[in-house]
Amino acid sequence: MSVIAPKFRLGYLIKGITDNIFWIIVLMTLIGIPVVQIVLIYIDFPVIDGEIWNPFRVFDAMTHPERALPLVKNFMQTDLFKIVAFPGFGFAALIAAAVIFVERKMLAKLQLRVGPFYCGKVEGILQLMGDGLKLISKEIIIPAKADKPIFWAVPVLFAATAGAFVALIPVAPGWVVADIDLGLLAVFAVIGFFPIITVLAGWSSNSKFPFIGGIRALYQMVSFEIPLILSLLGIVMLTGTLNLSEIVESQVNFPWIIFMPIGAIVFFICILAELERIPFDLPEAESEIVAGWLTELSGMMYGLVQLGSYLKLYAFAGLFVVLFLGGWNGPWVFPIEPIAEVITDGIVIMPDALVIKDIPGLPLFAGEMINGTIWFVLKTAAVIFFILLPRGVFPRVRIDLLLKIGWYKLIVLAFVNIFIALALVYSGIIGPGGIM
Amino acid sequence: MSSHVYPKEKEIFPGLQLEKVDDRIMTLNVGPQHPGSGHMRIILKVDGDYIVHCDPDPGYVHRGEEKMAEYRNYITNIPHLERPVIHDSCNILYPYCLGVEELLGLEVPERAKYLRVIAAELNRCVYTQYWLAIYGIFLGHSTMFMWPMGDRELVIDLLDKMTGARVTHAYFVPGGVRNDLPPNFEDVCLRQVNYFEKRLKEYADIFYDNPILISRTKDTGILSREDAIKLGTTGSVLRASGVDFDIRKKEPYDVYEELDFQTNVLKEGDSYARSKIPWLDMFESCRIIRDALKKMPKSGSVRVKLKPNPKGGDTEVYRRVESGRGSLGMHIISRGKPQPYRLKISVGSFRNLIAMPHLLTGEMLGNMPAVYWSLNYWPVEADR
Repeated sequence: MSVIAPKFRLGYLIKGITDNIFWIIVLMTLIGIPVVQIVLIYIDFPVIDGEIWNPFRVFDAMTHPERALPLVKNFMQTDLFKIVAFPGFGFAALIAAAVIFVERKMLAKLQLRVGPFYCGKVEGILQLMGDGLKLISKEIIIPAKADKPIFWAVPVLFAATAGAFVALIPVAPGWVVADIDLGLLAVFAVIGFFPIITVLAGWSSNSKFPFIGGIRALYQMVSFEIPLILSLLGIVMLTGTLNLSEIVESQVNFPWIIFMPIGAIVFFICILAELERIPFDLPEAESEIVAGWLTELSGMMYGLVQLGSYLKLYAFAGLFVVLFLGGWNGPWVFPIEPIAEVITDGIVIMPDALVIKDIPGLPLFAGEMINGTIWFVLKTAAVIFFILLPRGVFPRVRIDLLLKIGWYKLIVLAFVNIFIALALVYSGIIGPGGIM
Repeated sequence: MSSHVYPKEKEIFPGLQLEKVDDRIMTLNVGPQHPGSGHMRIILKVDGDYIVHCDPDPGYVHRGEEKMAEYRNYITNIPHLERPVIHDSCNILYPYCLGVEELLGLEVPERAKYLRVIAAELNRCVYTQYWLAIYGIFLGHSTMFMWPMGDRELVIDLLDKMTGARVTHAYFVPGGVRNDLPPNFEDVCLRQVNYFEKRLKEYADIFYDNPILISRTKDTGILSREDAIKLGTTGSVLRASGVDFDIRKKEPYDVYEELDFQTNVLKEGDSYARSKIPWLDMFESCRIIRDALKKMPKSGSVRVKLKPNPKGGDTEVYRRVESGRGSLGMHIISRGKPQPYRLKISVGSFRNLIAMPHLLTGEMLGNMPAVYWSLNYWPVEADR
């Protein structure tokens, strides 16, 4: 057989990494430092307590661990950090990017090909960035007869709804953007938005194939939402709470999947259907209806929908982990005892004018948080792997068979799961009145 | 599995009853720029998810092969005649060469006959793998797209060694084949064909035994034995409907009667049977190749010497062979000139296309790819 791509060589790998590092350093030096210098010319340095705070002094003060770390920790307690960086968008987008890369490489290995190889020099690791650049640079074409405001709103709404879904997932103890008492109900509410958005997309693009795709998405999602909600009721009965963080805390000893494997299977199949992934990718069935409700979307509009769908993938996998696999609970894998010297009660880090009184002490991360995040990410990766795997194994199902699966089989199984939960609660083995 | 089959009677068709209501029936132009159409257009009228009317519209890749053949002599016709189906180029040249040999009264050497059979069977595998790949991706099975495309390289490599080109081999000439085998070809061929057969068996695990595939294609687009004969379908479509008809068996040409193989026939007549027959035929092809390699004379000439610009008599001849898509016949009319007076190509693709409106009417839109591509239809060949 002819050789498609060069064979893997460690030398090339190391060369690629060092090349990338070299260029980053060169660009930072050539562009970054002059820019900083030019900016500094136009800035008047403040004078505090008779001392000019020039950049060197500020830099010195900021990089001193005793001064900088409490500031960083203070910043990490803000809502902005939570939304933008850690349990929120940045973390989810990072996982989504990793998922796209792993999906491509894994599918390629499954199908006896190579996958992304050249972009970024190291196993095509920058392919996603290249694709993003391509999508941004492409022209956005809107059909002449489209309902323009709604058509514009669709990708934004989709990504925003997926982001709202991400905000509800608790990652580590105390690390959740929106810790609300009715968390699970909020999840159902957010999921309920997706079919509306797809129908809006199909309707507003005023084209036949998106219309069929939108209608298909509507009845696929609606018919799978019912077993999805029913399959989670068992956990609500056993834990007696809708708060996702409390549901995780109730699984300290064992995950709920031990008692409710049926519910977990039903929920997993519903995830596949809600995510429009193969074998349930009927709303985007290429050989029947071109790209379904995505047909008329172009450029970064399509990119936003893809971003939203991968955020949704992460959020659903995270929800599965939170509800069935015990979330952040797990053995201690990161045994770092905080060093005694760096535990402080908070310090005065600036001269009197800038004193921040209630800066919390070190260390930066609690041990539970790091350990919990590691376990959460590992479990989520495992769930995502199983969500990706059917794409290489199954063909697409037909719409009548899909609805039959949803209405006849999954709802019945979900009820069986509820009866199991009821039996557990009333027999007093487990549940709010039991050993929990 | 009891699939819901939409009644085909006109009275019970809600779509046909309400045909005057414009809103209810939607016309879909599937193709020619649709990812699931190929080089053709299918005009579908759908009532909800059910197809009430289907009108295939081929002709987007018509190249006038038959007219072109009238301006070239018998030898220069070879390269352009294989263009309609480049993956099966040996089989489309086969009836032409047989016909011209009959016109010119040529006797083909024994070794050339075996070489032709080997090349034709390898080419059938190449075509069928390509077809299978597209059938897989039409059903949303991306692994089934990549695997046959990759394994096809094995056979293409063999043909490359044998003829010097990956596709469009121009290997058959009137009076034999263009060149002899390279040294050591038999061993390589045996090894690769054996491995190819091993790979074919793995397709069952991922594709043919897949419960989702079976639930999608079983009992969809059923073509009964009577309809299959009446509509004039051929090849795998005909054999999937329970008719034991294979030109290699019924009208053996070259050395097919001396070789050991069987015809695969399935009785169901549904999309699943139609998709399975070409796959089973590939096993037979491997068997034929092994047998032919064993029985082939080890040496001898592979081509008879032709006069420059040979002229045919004042006769006409019709020969047909079994191609990857069924019966492929060529009718050559000669009027004593170096060029054919008329060349009519009868291809299996076009004959199977007639079954498409018959099968698709009343089916669901989701069954369209499964039924359409199971007809073993190659748009380029059908347009000629």
